[in-house]
This record gives sequence, structure tokens and C-alpha cells, in this order.
Amino acid sequence: MAHEKNHDYHILEPSAWPLLGALAGFTLLFGAVLYFHDVTPWVMVAGFLFTFYVMWGWWSDVVKESNVGDHTPVVQIGLRYGMVLFIISEVMFFSAWFWTFFKHALYPMGPESPLVDGQWPPAGIETFDPWHLPLINTLILLCSGMAATWAHHAIAHENNREDMKWGLIIAVVLGVFFTILQAYEYSHAGFGFAGNIYGASFFMATGFHGFHVIIGTIFLLVCLLRLQAGHFTQESHVGFEAAAWYWHFVDVVWLFLFASIYIWGA
Amino acid sequence: MADAAIHGHDHEDNRGFFTRWFMSTNHKDIGILYLFVSALVGFIAVLFTVFMRLELMHPGVQYMCLEGFYLFTTPETCTPNGHLWNVLITYHGVLMMFFVVIPALFGGFGNYFMPLQIGAPDMAFPRMNNLSFWMYVAGVSLGVASLFSPGGNDQLGSGVGWVLYPPLSTLEGGMSMDLAIFAVHVSGASSILGAINMITTFLNMRAPGMTLFKVPLFSWSIFVTAWLILLSLPVLAGAITMLLTDRNFGTTFFDPAGGGDPILYQHILWFFGHPEVYIVILPGFGLISHVFATFSRKPVFGYLPMVWAIIAIGAIGFVVWAHHMYTVGMSLSQQSYFMLATMVIAVPTGVKIFSWIATMWGGSVEFKAPMLFAFGFLILFTIGGVTGIVLSQAGVDRAYHDTYYVVAHFHYTMSMGAAFTIFAGVYFYIGKMSGRQYPEFWAKVHFWMFFIGVNLTFFPQHFLGRQGMPRRYIDYPEAFAYWNYISSWGALLSFASFILFFGIVWYTLRAGAKITENNYWNEYADTLEWTLPSPPPEHTFEILPKREDWDKGHAH
Repeated sequence: MAHEKNHDYHILEPSAWPLLGALAGFTLLFGAVLYFHDVTPWVMVAGFLFTFYVMWGWWSDVVKESNVGDHTPVVQIGLRYGMVLFIISEVMFFSAWFWTFFKHALYPMGPESPLVDGQWPPAGIETFDPWHLPLINTLILLCSGMAATWAHHAIAHENNREDMKWGLIIAVVLGVFFTILQAYEYSHAGFGFAGNIYGASFFMATGFHGFHVIIGTIFLLVCLLRLQAGHFTQESHVGFEAAAWYWHFVDVVWLFLFASIYIWGA
Repeated sequence: MADAAIHGHDHEDNRGFFTRWFMSTNHKDIGILYLFVSALVGFIAVLFTVFMRLELMHPGVQYMCLEGFYLFTTPETCTPNGHLWNVLITYHGVLMMFFVVIPALFGGFGNYFMPLQIGAPDMAFPRMNNLSFWMYVAGVSLGVASLFSPGGNDQLGSGVGWVLYPPLSTLEGGMSMDLAIFAVHVSGASSILGAINMITTFLNMRAPGMTLFKVPLFSWSIFVTAWLILLSLPVLAGAITMLLTDRNFGTTFFDPAGGGDPILYQHILWFFGHPEVYIVILPGFGLISHVFATFSRKPVFGYLPMVWAIIAIGAIGFVVWAHHMYTVGMSLSQQSYFMLATMVIAVPTGVKIFSWIATMWGGSVEFKAPMLFAFGFLILFTIGGVTGIVLSQAGVDRAYHDTYYVVAHFHYTMSMGAAFTIFAGVYFYIGKMSGRQYPEFWAKVHFWMFFIGVNLTFFPQHFLGRQGMPRRYIDYPEAFAYWNYISSWGALLSFASFILFFGIVWYTLRAGAKITENNYWNEYADTLEWTLPSPPPEHTFEILPKREDWDKGHAH
């Protein structure tokens, strides 16, 4: 009879996380504005911590639900759709940075702007040599992506958790390497973020990419910990798949950044 | 509790007030929350316009003075407060675009009825659904905070226009502008999460046997709208993030002094902004189709072309953005392209308009309140569409750009198009959502007051635009006085109808006639929500619907 679930979809109990999450987001952004205007940084810091707390609590609930079998095959399909759609929205987010970069690179503002007689890179900007650190970073990120794929193959086709563990460890370590090298590169940049359009476009695009690398690394690290906790099986490892897809997305964005900003744009 | 099991079978709702409305994971409750909050925000946004129309009633500045507001008395001296005017214009636009129409149609009706129409027990991600709602509230809160924070001209709030064009938005002082930018960020994130949820639900949770081209039109419109949101809002997030760094971190994306380009912002904004106007109107298109079918006692004419028209409008909507900026100095070939692409949109839109007319053709038409609003929508949206064709011409736009003609045009499509569909939806579904029916007579009074009011407000603005009156000004020369006076009376009448509407809703929820049937209209309201009790129980479709519940022969 009615009031008994008779389907495989996931009906959730009421939860306080969304309300708390929005409150945390409000605190974070309101705090950021206070910080921008030199009032106090602490509201923003509190907002950050609050946001992390909500993420931790919310995703812990998701993991628990997964472990008690709420994620039936049809729910898993839904979760995959969700992740793919999220990545699509991220692609569109990055398209704003590429749009900005290509606009300024193809049609730089000249001294008599808006005539298109400017030059790119702008005068006085010393760009990075793409064939040194950026090339190494490209290789690091690609190897990391390969390691993630190896991990995926290990769990999905061979049910081999030992290989998956090593695949994830390599992927995470290489991801951390990438971030360290990127930070090193930033500290040696011959241009700043402020006051010039090259630096603004460069740091905004590669900076947001770097931010995504950090998120992806954490995502993979969480998967490593969940693997050790025995959460993944050959049939059920959507969380890891999402992390792997995200990681490949970060990879592909980097390839476009490397080709357009580092090689072509220099 | 010994009788817990019995309660379960009674569908009794055991949730406490806080649990039900603040911690919800229920698409119907979240839909209702969206509707109420957007009505509240809508009321604020309308109040702003009433104040603005009051100021424009006569030439000269009477009410918005630096010395203070003067609503009922005329002060001795009045120094015009242009900042206040700009602030009201800005927040009216921002609230209406981001915090009223999308939350009402997409968040409210979309949440409530899309899962019901496709026979899904809830949304794909019920908890994330509530995050969308509360982030919307957080966005509204940031917007209100922005209104009352130190802004430009050493006053409160930002007066830069809802499009937030640099250099106005990058040079506006104070915290207000940053808060407004974050408000848009948060509302955008909320909409993106909502879009992910809607698309996944639509793709993954349709009733057994319901193939894509058997899905009701309203659900289709929500699906396409979700794609527009998913693809366009992240781009806007990028644009306003650049505003933020230009303001606070010294970047020069939009500052020519550092090699940047303010026109770039306009391009990126309108790459979002044009899909946005279809995000606003498409759910209304879907909703209206059901209203026409129900009150003409005929299945909707041309289901398949209607679906493809929604898809086509959505797709073409992405490639016409620069018709908002003909006067920025684009090349002639660019202008020609955007002009032609824009005109092409009239084709699928025409398919829809004529299909609605054909739905009524030969039908047994009954003018209940939802049908009146749908019919009003048809007339007004057609007028708005036709002026849209006029404005799409780059040459003609030279004369009309930034005049009241444009204001009239987009209010005919949005304030009358989208708003009429919202009212049609409210009257169509309020019985289903509350279990009580609205008073028909007063709903009709509401319609006529609103219909006459908005036409009185906006039709004369075409004339003002043709006479050359520019938008966004607090004052105007004597020559424009006549039509401004009439327009202001129209605004007051519309406002009165809005108050009446709140009264009707209040009355309906408190004392409206109880509804006992599942389907209180007729057999042409044949989608799945009409097979449920009014109001539906907490959990619906716990046993998935059978094909004969929804696959009606006459629907195709």
C-alpha cells in the first residue's frame, strides 16, 4: 500500500545541511566583502571554516547512505548525470577566462583604442618559456591522469584494490607536485596580477585552474581514504568515478591553457 | 508510538514546522517555499517601480530629494537625488531578473510540477534541491544587505543598472557593489544546482514507458530552461568575478588604462543575458500550453513542433547576444549577422503562438481566470515580440537604443509575458497545491485590473520612446509629460491589482472552497498531477504510475 517505497529512487530524510550550507556561504561572502574593505578578515575565515564543516558533514552523510545501500543502480546513474552536468557548467565557467584571454590576445587595445593596432603580449611583458616548467607540468598532469585511469581500470575491470591504491597515490602525489611547481612558477613571474591585462588574464585563467587542481587532488585523496576504508567495490564506486572525471576535466583544461596561453599566446 | 503504523497509512504528516519548511527534502514543499519567497521579493521590486513611476508622473523632481523622501507633501526645496533613482532602477532589475521570475517559474512551478508530470517520486537530488532554495535566500539577503550598505555618491546602495556595466560598476564606491556582485554569484550557483537537479530528474526519473517525446510540454520547457541556465550562468559568474577583481585587486580586465576593454564585459554579460530572457519566459510557454489545452477542451495543437520550438528557441538564444549592443561600434557584418540571427528566433516563437491559437480553434473555450491570463499573455507577448522584431534591426536600433521603446518592449515580454504566465499558473494550480479553490470573480477582477494597468503603463512608453525619451532618467522635459502621466496611473492600477492578488491568495488559503476532486478542471488537464489528491500527500508516486494513467490517446 501507499507510504511504502516501491521504487529504487532515493527519498531522503529532512536534513539541516542545506540551510547551514547557505548560511555558511552567506557568512563567507559577506566576510569576503568586509575583508576587501579592510574591516576584518575574521568573518571570512569563520565562513570558510563553517563551509568546510558543512561539506564534511553533508558528504559524510552521503557516504553513510552509500554504505547502507541507498545508492541503487538507478540512483548511481543519476549521480553520474549530476557529475557530468556539473563538469559541463565548469567548462562554461572556464570559457569566460578563455574568452577574455583570446579577446585581448587577438584584438589588443592599441594606443588609439579601440583600433586593433596593439601588440600581444603587451610591451614590457616577459612571458614564460612554455618548453621549460610549463611543459614539465603538462607531463606531470598527464601522468597523473594516467595513474587515475589505471586506478579506475584496476577497480572496474580487475577488482584489484591494491593497484587502485597505488594508482591513486601516484595521481595524488603528482597533483601535489603540479601545485608546488605552479606556485614556484608564479613566484618567478615577470608580471603581476594587477595593472596589466596580460597578468590579469594569465593569473585568472591559470589561477582558477590551479584552484581546480587543488580541489581535484583533495577529491582523489578522499577517494584513497575511502578505498582504504573499504567503501569501493567493483560494482559501486561512483564517488571515485566522479573524482576521475573531474581530474580528466582539469587535465583537459590545462592542455588548452598550455596550448593557447603558454605556447600560442607567448 | 503504538499507532505510528496507522498514521503512516493515513498519510499524516508527522513533521514539525521547522523540519518541514527549513530542512525539507521534498520537492513540493520546496516549490511552495520558492513561490512564497519570490512573491515577497516581487512585491519589493514592484514597490520600487511604483515609487519611480510616482516620481515620473510630472516633470521635475518632486519626491526623490536629497533632503529626504517626500511621498505626500511637497518640500520647500528639493535637490534631485539621482543616486536614489539609480539605486531603485538597479535593484528593480536585479531583483526581477534573478530573484523573482526564475525562482517563481523554474524554482516554484518547476520544482512542484515537473517531477509530478513525469511521475517521479521526488527530484534526483532532494537535499541539493533545498540547498538551491536556501542559496537563493542567501542571495536575496546579500542583495538586501547591498541595498543598505555604503555605496556610490556617499549614499546607500549601488546605482549602476542591473547589467552592472563597467566603468560604472568598477568605479562605484563602497561595499554595496561587491555585495550585489556576490548576490548574483550566489543566485547563479543556486540556479546551476537547480538546473543540474532538473536535468537529471528529467533524464533519469521519467515514469516507465514515458519516452522523451511523450513528456508533457511544461516539463520539456523546464528541461530546456535548465540547459540554458547550466550553460549561460557560469559564464556570467566569470564576468562578474572579473568585475570583483577589477574593483578590489587592481586588475584591468575592463579598464583601457591597463589594456582592458569595457566592451568585453558587455559581450560576456549578454552571452548570459540573452539566454536569460528565454530562461525567464520558456517555463511560462510550457505552463500556458496546458492552460490552453484545458480551457479549450482540446489537446494542445502540434505537440512535436511545440517541443522542437522550445529547443530551437533555447539553442538560437545563445547566438544572438550582441543585438543588445548594436551601438558599441561593431563591424557591419557583425551587426548583420546578429540582426538576422535575432529575426530567426521569430520563427519558432511564431510556431508556438500559432499552435496556441490553433489549440483554441474550434475548441470549447472557457474563460476561467487561468485562461484569461493565458489569453492576455498571448496578446501581450505577441506585441512584445513584434516590437522585438522592430528592435532587432540594427539600423532602427540607432534611433531606439536606450529609449523608452526598449523599456516598453521588454516589459511586454517579461513583465506581461512572464508575469501573466505566473498568474495563470497560480490560478491553474493553487487548488492542486492548497486543496482550496480561488474565488473566480475576484480573480477575474484581478485580471482586468492588471491587464488594463500594465497596458496603460507600458503602451504609452512606445510613444515616449519614439519621441526620443531616454531610459534611466529621473526627470524629463515638459514635452514628454502627457504620456508619462498616463503611464504612471497605469502603474498605480497595476500595483492595486497586485495587492488584490495577495488578498485573493490569502483568502483562498484561509477560506477558499475546499476541493475534493483530483482533477477539478476537465479531462483535458490530463497530465499526471491531476491523478493525485488536492493537495497531494507528502510522498507521491510511491508506486510508480502506470502507462494508462498518463498516456492519453487524444493527446497525440
